Order: sequence, then structure tokens, then C-alpha cells
Amino acid sequence: MLDQSEGYVTADGRQIGGVLMEMKNITLKFGGVTAISDISFDIHEGEIRAIIGPNGAGKSSMLNVISGFYTPTIGEVWYKGAQRPAMKPYEVARMGVARTFQNIALFEGMTVLDNVMTGRLTHMKAGIGAQALWWGKAQREEIENREIVEKVIDFLEIQNIRKTPVGRLPYGLKKRVELARALAAEPSLLLLDEPMAGMNVEEKEDMSRFILDVNDEFGTTIALIEHDMGVVMDLSDRVVVMDYGRKIGDGTPDEVRNNQDVIDAYLGVAH
Amino acid sequence: MLKDIFVTPFADMFSAPDFLLQVLWEGLVSGVLYALIALGFVLIFRSSRIFNFAQGIMVVFAALTLVGLHSFGIPAWISVVLTLGVMFVLAVSIERVVLRPLVGQPDIILFMATIGITLFLIGFGEIIFGGENKVMISEELGIPTGDTVLEPWGGLLILQHLDMTVVVVAVALVGGLLAFLNYTQMGRAIRALGDDHQAALSVGISLQTVWVLVWFIAGIIALVTGIAWGARAGVSFALEVIAYKALPVLMLGGLESITGAIIGGLLIGILEKLFEIYWGQPLLGGNTETWFAFVLALIVLLFRPQGLFGERIIERV
Ligand SMILES: Nc1ncnc2c1ncn2[C@@H]1O[C@H](COP(=O)(O)OP(=O)(O)OP(=O)(O)O)[C@@H](O)[C@H]1O
Ligand SMILES: [Mg+2]
Repeated sequence: MLDQSEGYVTADGRQIGGVLMEMKNITLKFGGVTAISDISFDIHEGEIRAIIGPNGAGKSSMLNVISGFYTPTIGEVWYKGAQRPAMKPYEVARMGVARTFQNIALFEGMTVLDNVMTGRLTHMKAGIGAQALWWGKAQREEIENREIVEKVIDFLEIQNIRKTPVGRLPYGLKKRVELARALAAEPSLLLLDEPMAGMNVEEKEDMSRFILDVNDEFGTTIALIEHDMGVVMDLSDRVVVMDYGRKIGDGTPDEVRNNQDVIDAYLGVAH
Repeated sequence: MLKDIFVTPFADMFSAPDFLLQVLWEGLVSGVLYALIALGFVLIFRSSRIFNFAQGIMVVFAALTLVGLHSFGIPAWISVVLTLGVMFVLAVSIERVVLRPLVGQPDIILFMATIGITLFLIGFGEIIFGGENKVMISEELGIPTGDTVLEPWGGLLILQHLDMTVVVVAVALVGGLLAFLNYTQMGRAIRALGDDHQAALSVGISLQTVWVLVWFIAGIIALVTGIAWGARAGVSFALEVIAYKALPVLMLGGLESITGAIIGGLLIGILEKLFEIYWGQPLLGGNTETWFAFVLALIVLLFRPQGLFGERIIERV
């Protein structure tokens, strides 16, 4: 297992930074159900970290803890070197954590462009008064935001649907728009909950390429949940494996692949 | 009888087109106000699932505050600014005291809470301003009186300057609101929250901020409608009913559609006037404006359950 709190070099020679986020002994209960049971792991700056595991393992719950949608019953969340107090999701977002959802959550009645523009809300500085009256600062901000958003739109190759209401788009494109909205926030940490679920092979290849490019070009740290093992092995630098709310493996794709507990979990060996 | 319903009214319209124009104009004046109020309902409903029963009393409260402040010797326009301040404080208080503690409660509880706000504002308004009728400070606000007389087709069309002002101001306000909603980040935040709560949270939208904002917008709308209607009919608690004329607009336009509120408002304003003049007064003894809009809305819903503009929402499983 890797244990360099000051960063490491990946198999393909990329330099990974220090710890960006650390989950310490996280337990999450819903009434009688324990969705996460005493899990610790960290995410380093610049890496692509995968969370895998069978259905109901608690992967999405973990992502929800990171993004502030769930508050852990026990445990600490450390971000950028400081313990994070209990926070609302919108506050976490404003600290540079952007995310997508397992069941796409877009603003269906709004155009692609407007959806992606909402990704810039975390950077809003001009007050409501200035916004309402379209005063200098708000106007400048709007123009800056537009520039960044247009870049993201070009990057993800969705220029031709900019003005289309999201509700009319096919599934695969919606997933891409959701990624665009998260990217527009220029996040320090990008959380993707099954970004390729339900896609055909070609769409998966596109999405994989985008994820790698985002990480490569902007150095964005990414934590993603994915079921397709091929994709996980290709994309990720390190993998956390969950099963029934517990962590059963943590390491490079190769290490995890050869871990007996992980093999058992995936083969459905009785617990 | 059939002739009275299907022939005579249209013959009348055709033979006196100037009068038809007059009727349409008056319908339009009410229509823009209905649209404005309906927009206030829609914004609050979309962002918080609350049907704001208090919108009507907010109209009265805003008008009373304005007139009351002026009666203390404060200049008219400063009173307007102060009244806006009062409406903002009201929005903040409602969010803090009523909405925030009730987050997550069933919609019907929140609806009842707005009935509570209504009763509170009635009592509070009476304590501070007294229950007697007052006169809107139209002149002090520089709202023009008098009228313009046109003679289309050699006929007669009288446009009250008050009405013209109301239309201009209401159209400007609706236009401004639309621009705000469509082209500013805060406006996008309001629309976004109406579309998907989870997603809105994930992009950093604070429910509280948006709620204060939409209730403040509802307050601004209340003040404008209060001034407009107060200038025509005086300022009393009876003004409240004007907000309830927005209800059939919402039945028609849908509780969630901004376009629906605007088109529905105009449509109802104009149709109820046409009906009153050409069918109501000759055939039914008049006074149909109190109920016509509701009947129209019900008939439309019979054929289009999602309303005129409601997008059919397909539940994801
Ligand atoms: N809001 C909630 N309330 C109650 N139980 C929940 C809630 N969210 C998750 N759970 C439960 O926690 C457990 C883990 O669910 P979670 O969605 O995190 O799994 P997952 O690993 O993402 O599964 P999948 O691969 O199917 O998406 C499940 O038993 C689920 O029913
Ligand atoms: Mg999941």
C-alpha cells in the first residue's frame, strides 16, 4: 500500500501531490442500516481515485459524505489540511468540491449554456443588488463566467447543443452536460458518481478520454465511482474497494486486482 | 337565445370596433397586474414548493406602509424606498421565522404557515395603520391623472393616464424580472433551485438566500400592485382580493411556468373583460368578473390537466 503523505509518482510517471482530502474513521448510519462502517482513506492532489464495490456497498454514500450531502455519524473529514466542520452541501461546493450524480441531476428546463453557467455560482462575488441592476461588477463577472463556460463547452465538445434545453437531450449527452457544469466551477476536487453508467462503448470511451484530459490539462483531483472494471483499471491511480459498508481494499489497480478479499467480494463469496 | 350568445356579441364587436378596443385595453390593464402577481406566486412556488397565500395581504400591507409612512411627513419617494426596505425585512423575517424551521415539513404545513402570515399581517397592519380606508398618494408619486382621447374609426377610445402608467410600469417590471431571471447568476440560481434542489445545492446555491430573494421580489410586486390598484380603488384590506384573481391564472398557466403566468395573466384579464361586457352584462346581469376566470380555468383544465403551458413532468424511477 502507498503511504506517502507528501505525494508519489504514478506508474506512468506523473507526479502526484500531497493529501487533499482525508476521511478518518467514517461511519454513516441510517436508522438501523449502516451504510459506511469505520472507513478511512485519503485523496491526493492531482490523482484519479476510484471507489468501487458491489451494489449497495456504500459508494454513493461516501461521495455524499465528501460533498456534504450526508453528515457522518462518526468520523472526521479533513480537507486542505484542516478538519472540516459539519457543513451544508452548498458550503462544501463553495470550498471547491464539485460533483455529478448517479441519477443525473440537471436543471431540465434550462438550456445547456445556462446549466453550465450555474457551475460558476460558487465564484459569485457581486452582491444581489449589483446583480439585479446589472452594475459594473456583476456585468464584468458575467462576461468572465461566460468565457470560462465557453471554454468548458468547447473542451467537452457540446458547442452544437449550447442553446438546447437539457430536458430534450439524450442520456449520454446529459451526463456530459453534468460534467461540464461541475468543471465550470474549476473545482479543486471533482466527484463523479458513475459517470459512465448506462453508456454505450463509444460514449464510455469519450467520457474516459474527457476524464483523463481534465486531470491532465487542469490537474484536477478526481474521485470517481465506477462499475466497469476495465475503465477503473485504465483511469485510476489508486482504488478504494468497499463491500457492505466496509473497506476491503485500497491500493493501485494492480494491487487491488490481486487482493483476495476483493476477488471474493466480486465473485459473491459468502461473508 | 342562441343568437344572443353566438351572434349578437360578435355583431356588436364588429359594429363598434372602438368600443371593442376600449374593452380590450381595460382587460389588458388588469391582465398585466394579474400576470405580475402570478409571477410572484410562481417564483415562490418553484423555489420552495410553497403556495403563498399571503401574497394578497402583502399587497395591502405594502400599500398601507407606503401611505402610512407618507402620513408621518416623509416625502413620497423616500416612503417608497423605505417601504421596499420594510418588504425586504419582511422577506428576511419570513425566511428566518417561518420557512427555515419548517423545511422538510409537508407542503400543506407550509401552505398553512402562509395563512398564518396572512392573519398576522392583517392584525399587525391594523394595529399600526388602523383599519379605516386610506387614499393612495398617487399625486405625490407623480402618477398622472387625466386621460387621452383617441378617435379610431371616428369612434371614441379613452385611455386613462393612470392605466397607461400602470401598464408601462408593470410591463417594465415583468421585463426586468425576466431579464434578471435569464441573464444574471442570481436569476439562474432562482430558476435552478426551482428545477432541482439537489443539483442546486451541489453548485453552491443557498436555499436561504434564494428564498429571501423570491419573497422580496414578491414584496416588490406587492408594492407595485398595491400602488396601482390603490390608486384606482383606495387602500383598504379589500385590496387583498386582487391577489386572488391570480389564482385562476395559476390554474391556467401552471404553478411552475413563468411564461404561463405571463400569458395566463394577460389572457384572463382580457377574456374576463370581454365576457363581462358582451355576454355577462346583457345576458347574466353583470358582475361576472368575480367568477368567470375560475370557470374558464376549470374548463381548460378539463381538457388539458397540465394547464395551458405546464410541462408534463415525467417521474424518473
Ligand atoms: N438516504 C438514505 N436513507 C436510507 N438509506 C440509505 C440512504 N442512502 C443510502 N442508503 C443505504 O445505504 C446503503 C448504501 O447505499 P449506496 O447508495 O451508498 O450504495 P452504492 O454503493 O452507491 O450502490 P450502487 O452501486 O447501487 O449505486 C444501501 O443499503 C442504501 O439503501
Ligand atoms: Mg451508488
